[in-house]
Amino acid sequence: MRLLERFGEGTIAFLEYLGGIFSLVGESIRSLVHAQIRYAETFVQSYELGLGSLLIVLLTSLFTGMVISLESAQQAVQFGIGSLVGGAVTYTSVRELGPMLTAVVVAGRVGSAIAAEIGSMVVTEQIDALRSMGLSPVRFLVVPRLLALAFMLPLLTIFADIISIVGGMWIAQAYAHINPATFISSARQAVGFDDVVKGLVKALVFACIIAFVGCYQGLSTRGGAAGVGRATTSAVVISIILIFGTNFIMSYLLFGAH
Amino acid sequence: MDASIYARLDDVTLSFGEHVILKNCNLDIVRGAITCIVGLSGAGKSTILRLLDGLIEPSSGHVYVDGHDLCHTPERKLVDLRQKTSLAFQFAALLDSLTIGENVGLPLREHTALPDEKIRHIVDDALESVGLRHIYDSLPNELSGGMLKRAGFARAIVTRPELVLYDEPTTGLDPIVTNLITDTILRLREKLDGTAVVISHDLHSIFRMADYVAMLFEGAIIAYGPREEIRTSTNPFVQQFLTGSEVGPIPV
Ligand SMILES: Nc1ncnc2c1ncn2[C@@H]1O[C@H](COP(=O)(O)OP(=O)(O)OP(=O)(O)O)[C@@H](O)[C@H]1O
Ligand SMILES: [Mg+2]
Repeated sequence: MRLLERFGEGTIAFLEYLGGIFSLVGESIRSLVHAQIRYAETFVQSYELGLGSLLIVLLTSLFTGMVISLESAQQAVQFGIGSLVGGAVTYTSVRELGPMLTAVVVAGRVGSAIAAEIGSMVVTEQIDALRSMGLSPVRFLVVPRLLALAFMLPLLTIFADIISIVGGMWIAQAYAHINPATFISSARQAVGFDDVVKGLVKALVFACIIAFVGCYQGLSTRGGAAGVGRATTSAVVISIILIFGTNFIMSYLLFGAH
Repeated sequence: MDASIYARLDDVTLSFGEHVILKNCNLDIVRGAITCIVGLSGAGKSTILRLLDGLIEPSSGHVYVDGHDLCHTPERKLVDLRQKTSLAFQFAALLDSLTIGENVGLPLREHTALPDEKIRHIVDDALESVGLRHIYDSLPNELSGGMLKRAGFARAIVTRPELVLYDEPTTGLDPIVTNLITDTILRLREKLDGTAVVISHDLHSIFRMADYVAMLFEGAIIAYGPREEIRTSTNPFVQQFLTGSEVGPIPV
C-alpha cells in the first residue's frame, strides 16, 4: 500500500515536471514565432558558451578518437584488415561519440551554469523584478540561451568530429603504421554526408535538452543558496540521462530502422 | 467597483503550505492617493504588494487592479497589465548583469521607442531624484545596500506608472535621503496624479505623506482610515503600534 502510494506520488511529480518543461517549450516557441528575440544577448551567450567549451570539447574528442583508433587498430592489424581502421574511427565519431560526448561536456559546463545563474536570479527576486516590469523571463533569458546552444552545439560537434578523426589518424599511423591516405579513403567509404547531417541533427536535439532542462531547473529553484546548488546538480544529472536516452532513440530512428 | 478605488483586495486568503499569511483580507486603494501599510515584521506586507502586482495568486478571493481581476489571468496577459504598475522591491532586485543605468533604463528601452539619448536623460533625472549621481556605469555588486535600494526606487518610477508599490523605500537610509525619497513620492503624486502604496516602518515619513493608513495584523487589515483618523485612533492595537510600547494587545 505504502509502496503504491509512493509510486503514485512519483508519477505525479514526473508528470508535473514534464508539464513544466513543455510549457517552457511552448512559451519559447511562441517567443520565437513572434520574433521576440534579443539578438545582442544571444550573441554574447553564443560567444561565451561556444568559446568557453571549445577547449574541453577538443580535448575529450581528441582522446576519444585516439583510444578508438588504438583499440580497433590492435584488433584490425591482427586480422590483416588494418585498412578499415579509418572507417571504424570516423563511423563511431560522426554518428555517435562526437555528438554525444560534446553534449555531455556542454551539459556539465553550460547546462549547470545556466541553472545556477537563473536559480540565483530567482532567489534574489530578479526574476520577479523582470515579471514586474512586464518582461517575460522566457523571452529575456531562455530564448537567447536556447538559440545560442542550438547554434553552438552543432558547431562544436563538427570540431569534435574533425579532431577525433585527426587524433585517430595519428594513432593509427604511429601505432599500426596505417598511412593517412589509407585511413582517409576508408573513412570516406564508411561515412557519407548524410551521416554527418544526422549527427548534427542529434546535436541540435541535445542542445534543446540542455537549454530547456537548465532553464527549467533554474526557474523552479526554491530556497536560497542550497536551492541553487540542488538546481545546478539536477540540471546536469537530468540532461545527461535525457541525452543518453534520446541518443539511443535517435540512433534507432535515424540509422537503425532500415 | 467605485471609480475612486484603483485597486482592491477582496476577501483574500493566502497560505504557503500550512502557514496562513493572509486571512479574509480586504483593502481598498484609493485612486490618486498614497496609502501606507504598516504592520509587524513578517505580517505579510510585502506579500500584499506581490498580490497587487500579480506576481502571486491568492489561495481564495480576488485582486482587482484598475478594473481587471488579476486572478486566473494567464501570465501573458499579466505581463501587459503589469506595465501600468511597478514595484520597488524591498531588496532592490536589480539585474546584476546590467549596470545601474541599464537597470533603471530597462523598462523604457523595452516598452518605449524613445531614442537612447532621451532614455539616458530620463534615467539621469530619476537617479538624481534619489540622490544618486555618477553611478550610471557602476554594477550592482559595487554599491551599498542603501544605494541599491535607491536605484531600485528609480527603476520603479522611471516609466511614470499609474500605480507604484513601494516596499519599505526608506528603511535603512539616512534621514536626509529618507526625506528626499519621501519628497519624491509626494511629488510624483502631485504631478502625475499617480496612485501609490507604501510600506514603511518610519512613522515620521508615513504621517508626512500618507493620505490613508492601513494596519495589517494577523493576516487582516484591522484598522484603515485617513491619516488623522489613524493618528488619533483609540484602537489599542494601533495605539500600541504607534507608541512602540511593549505592553498592549500585540504580543511581543
Ligand atoms: N515563498 C514563501 N514561502 C513560504 N513562506 C513565505 C514565502 N514568502 C513569504 N512567506 C512568509 O510570509 C510571511 C509574510 O512575509 P512578508 O515578506 O510579506 O512579510 P513582511 O510583512 O513584508 O515583513 P517585513 O516587514 O519583515 O518585510 C512571512 O512569515 C514569511 O515567512
Ligand atoms: Mg517585507
